[in-house]
Amino acid sequence: MNSFIMSCIAGIISGILAAMGLGGGGFLIIYLTLFENISQSEAQGINLIFFIPIAITALIMHARGKLIDWKFALKFGALGLVGAILGCKIALFIDGGLLRKLFGILLLIIGSFQLKKEKK
Amino acid sequence: MEINFFSDIKANYFKHLYNKKDKVKKIFYSTIGFFAGFLNGLLGAGGGMLIVPALSKLGVERKKAHATSICVILPICILSSVMYISSGKVSIFEAVPYIGWGIVGAVVGAMFLSKINQKFLKKIFGIFMIWAAFQLLFR
Repeated sequence: MNSFIMSCIAGIISGILAAMGLGGGGFLIIYLTLFENISQSEAQGINLIFFIPIAITALIMHARGKLIDWKFALKFGALGLVGAILGCKIALFIDGGLLRKLFGILLLIIGSFQLKKEKK
Repeated sequence: MEINFFSDIKANYFKHLYNKKDKVKKIFYSTIGFFAGFLNGLLGAGGGMLIVPALSKLGVERKKAHATSICVILPICILSSVMYISSGKVSIFEAVPYIGWGIVGAVVGAMFLSKINQKFLKKIFGIFMIWAAFQLLFR
């Protein structure tokens, strides 16, 4: 029961952060690995699946407001898919401990950027 | 007449140069798409962190850059999910308990987006991320 409440809270916070573009994904992965002791690659997989419905919800809201630049989306997306295949292959191949460390480094970088003062 | 002619050539020359620079810039930033996909596939998150600033540099306004980045990340996430699931590392059912609450959070977040002090939240989340990073790196 306790863990049920925890997972509710984790889901809600991830959703809020994702809607704000604060990298909600990072939060869910952190929660899963540090509090639920789920392996790194499994947590990443859960996060990827988690993001799909959230992104669709957000997109429907944004598409109505004509906020999407389709030309750039197509360009970035096409190359992104190629990158994703390579990234996944490596993630599913390398050792979980190493993946965990890499994710830690990513968090360190993103976290520092969050703390940095914004220009505007 | 003559001067006009030369200034025309000059103007065209610079226009050409400018266009070329613009093109190089566009190609350069498009490669960011590749790295965003790579990062998102490798670590399950973080692609948007690269795409939003790249789009901003290309002159897309912030709000639009944000929405467009989600549009870029979504197909990347779908493809990555399929690869993770088919490798047997994870099943869809593991994500289900979080999805319902995640949508609740997303709607709440979108509704109160303007009312929440985002700068403050960003700082808190930044500190949390750095704490988590040390946990992951040194535990």
